[in-house]
Amino acid sequence: MSHHKIEVKDLHFSYPDGHKAVKGLDFSIHHGEAVGIIGANGAGKSTLLMLLMGVLFPEKGEVLVGDVHVTRKTLSVIRQRLGMVFQDPDDQLFMTTVYDDVAFGPRNYGLDEKEVEGRVLQALEMVGILHLKDRAPFKLSGGEKRAAAIASVLSMQPDVLIMDEPTAALDPKSRRRVMNLMKGFEHTKIITSHDLDMVFDVCKRVIVIKDGRIAADGSAADILANAGLMDECGLELPLSLQKCPVCGRDAGLVPYS
Amino acid sequence: MNNPNIINSIYNMRLLDEAALKTTAVHRIHPLVKLVTTLAYLVVVVSFGKYETGRLLPFLFYPVVIFAFAELPVISMLKRILIVEPLIIGIGILNPLFDRQAVMFAGVLVPGGWVAFLSIFIKCSLTVTAALLLIATTGMDKLALALRMLKVPRLFVLQLLLTYRYISVLMEEVGRSLKAYSLKAPEHKGVQRSAWGPLAGQLILRTFDRAQRVYQAMCLRGFNGEYNTGGNIRLRSADLGYLAGWVLLFISLKRYDIPLIIGSLLTGVVK
Amino acid sequence: MHMADALISPAVGGVMWAAAVGTAAYSIKKIRNEMDEKKIPLMGVMGAFVFAAQMINFTIPGTGSSGHIGGGILLAVLLGPYAAFLSMASILLIQALFFADGGLLAFGSNVFNMGFYTCFIAYPLIFRWITRKGMSSRRIITASLISVVIGLQMGSLSVVLQTLFSGKTALPFGTFLLFMQPVHLAIGIMEGLVTAAVVTFVWKARPEIIERASEGKALVGISLKKVILIIAIATVLTGGVLSWFASSNPDGLEWSMFKTAGTTELEASGEVHEAASGIQSKTAILPDYSINAPEGLENAGTSISGLVGGLMTLVLAGLTGFIISIAKRRSKKAAA
Repeated sequence: MSHHKIEVKDLHFSYPDGHKAVKGLDFSIHHGEAVGIIGANGAGKSTLLMLLMGVLFPEKGEVLVGDVHVTRKTLSVIRQRLGMVFQDPDDQLFMTTVYDDVAFGPRNYGLDEKEVEGRVLQALEMVGILHLKDRAPFKLSGGEKRAAAIASVLSMQPDVLIMDEPTAALDPKSRRRVMNLMKGFEHTKIITSHDLDMVFDVCKRVIVIKDGRIAADGSAADILANAGLMDECGLELPLSLQKCPVCGRDAGLVPYS
Repeated sequence: MNNPNIINSIYNMRLLDEAALKTTAVHRIHPLVKLVTTLAYLVVVVSFGKYETGRLLPFLFYPVVIFAFAELPVISMLKRILIVEPLIIGIGILNPLFDRQAVMFAGVLVPGGWVAFLSIFIKCSLTVTAALLLIATTGMDKLALALRMLKVPRLFVLQLLLTYRYISVLMEEVGRSLKAYSLKAPEHKGVQRSAWGPLAGQLILRTFDRAQRVYQAMCLRGFNGEYNTGGNIRLRSADLGYLAGWVLLFISLKRYDIPLIIGSLLTGVVK
Repeated sequence: MHMADALISPAVGGVMWAAAVGTAAYSIKKIRNEMDEKKIPLMGVMGAFVFAAQMINFTIPGTGSSGHIGGGILLAVLLGPYAAFLSMASILLIQALFFADGGLLAFGSNVFNMGFYTCFIAYPLIFRWITRKGMSSRRIITASLISVVIGLQMGSLSVVLQTLFSGKTALPFGTFLLFMQPVHLAIGIMEGLVTAAVVTFVWKARPEIIERASEGKALVGISLKKVILIIAIATVLTGGVLSWFASSNPDGLEWSMFKTAGTTELEASGEVHEAASGIQSKTAILPDYSINAPEGLENAGTSISGLVGGLMTLVLAGLTGFIISIAKRRSKKAAA
């Protein structure tokens, strides 16, 4: 039996107002995989992430992280293994300096300050913003904030990185930097995004969610190039796979690198 | 039409935040030492009698030296101090009315009320300046650390920091919404009642979501109700020297009438 | 209502600090026992809301003066008295440090005057009592108005008493009171109405919040989403929208003072004139005029030497500052 990292079995969830957001999801993600979760707005992507993290609990079905069921009792363990990066970094940077934000996690786990410092500096180094460690979050640029938010999760040394719209609102260079960062991480990665080109570049596998169900689960190259499927699910082909806007010819399948 | 209050407040806080980031020798002094020094200063200044004026003047040395050594933006901060004066003047100005006891001032007898007023004015200027200097050389973070060292409960310190962190966010959002509104309704002086709803609505969604997400972010990083601060800063001999030096000065200035001594010397020489 | 350090004596300041710290410690203990961590960001948001709201000066109709809301009752209704008190303390601390609004020595007094009476007296004894049989729009308005007004009256009375005991001004108790109380009555009515509006809103949408806050229970299972949403509405309404109606009139406290000063300014200067011109001819009268003649005169006020000395120190201080700055600039140039 292969070593599954994350297993989702027959997951169902409805919000208090009756809206059924997740209608039976089943998939497994293996160690080291980079999976993109895509779908139209309202398809259930964010809900899925919250179910994975134990922020919401399913009405039916279960989530297993490395053979541990996600329940209220196991949250502390689960959250050490899964690190989630929010869409809006301002929500995650709630301390008054970057250092304190990145140190927040390790400190909560009772590590002594020396070790905390080591982890913080290492995390900041990994995302390339060591020089910003004493800066106040509101002074950072969009890309720097994103990096800081990622660092704040990395310092907890999770096995899995879950990222919600990591390239949203970033300028091209920052976006490129974040993409390179993600490609450099060896963690298991689960990424939701509308940036299909980024998904194509970073993720080998893609899961398409439509109306709370899985519409497709397979290799990124296959799914993202399937114009019909994309259209059905309220999406489009990634720009890099669409016709060239200048000469009108079909683009090649080589991602920008 | 902008909201001057909010914009000024944001600007003011940013100014002090920026000032607190400098790395002068004063900034590097231990925050707890600076806090204690400030409190000592306040207590001594405030303990002077109702009619003391000249003897308070030497206390100017403290703010002057700090301003200089910490390279703080004097003009901007003085503006801040001046804004606070009217209230004091308002209360102090009544002294001349009610206090008619004659009092000696530079060899002239004047109604005590005026001297008391001057005394209050000087004390106010000194104390207000001292408080601003504290935050401008320390910053909220280090101050929170100093509070923790004083065993102020973590719950309070965390709540304080969160409030501080949210203030600028909230005020900025409000400012943005108001600006947007003013662009759409330039002929109106204020916001019409009918616009309160839509204007508020947008900001609401963002703010409420944010608080919810912040809480989630905290929990996802292991927050369980207790707030763990980092390690404490060590006290150096320079810090203790700073504290001892200033406190000694304050106490000597209280005990001995330095201005009188200087003045007597000078007037003695002249004679 | 923020008191400045210059008007307070160390003794009074110390006592009020002790009172405030004691209350805070008690609040923290109470909160720890029933702490639902979800409340912490809520305290942060609400604290920021009241902070922003205090930036706005509301015109008090008919008086030409203006004041700002305290927020004590509002916080108490939405967070419960203990969380509200601590929230208030944070707000006041930030105001004292960054805006010199209220002194540091007077911090204890301010926290007590603006936090204690509202959260621990007006809220439980008035607001809760009026709504003891359940909430309704009318009860909320009544309860808000009365508890806010009473809370403010107690607070401003405290300010008067503390100023009196500090002995920094010669203001007679009666006169001071006569100005403080009516002004804060007007402010109280205004704040009461604002509070009523916000509380009604919250109550209509999520009544459990207010009930839970009053029982001291944790907000478990409730969608805090909406709660904070509503609070944020209020934040915007008062924090930003109402500021459009903000006036540039001075704070109620000042206004009381100015009004008095204006009418009596002439009298005061008349007296100085009289005293000055009468000194030469009336030196004999002076010992009688002030009770503690020779000793009193020496201790009070300033002699010429003292004045000269004082001016010298001013000059010295200025010079010191100047020299330090120059020295710093020089050393920087040398290092560069």
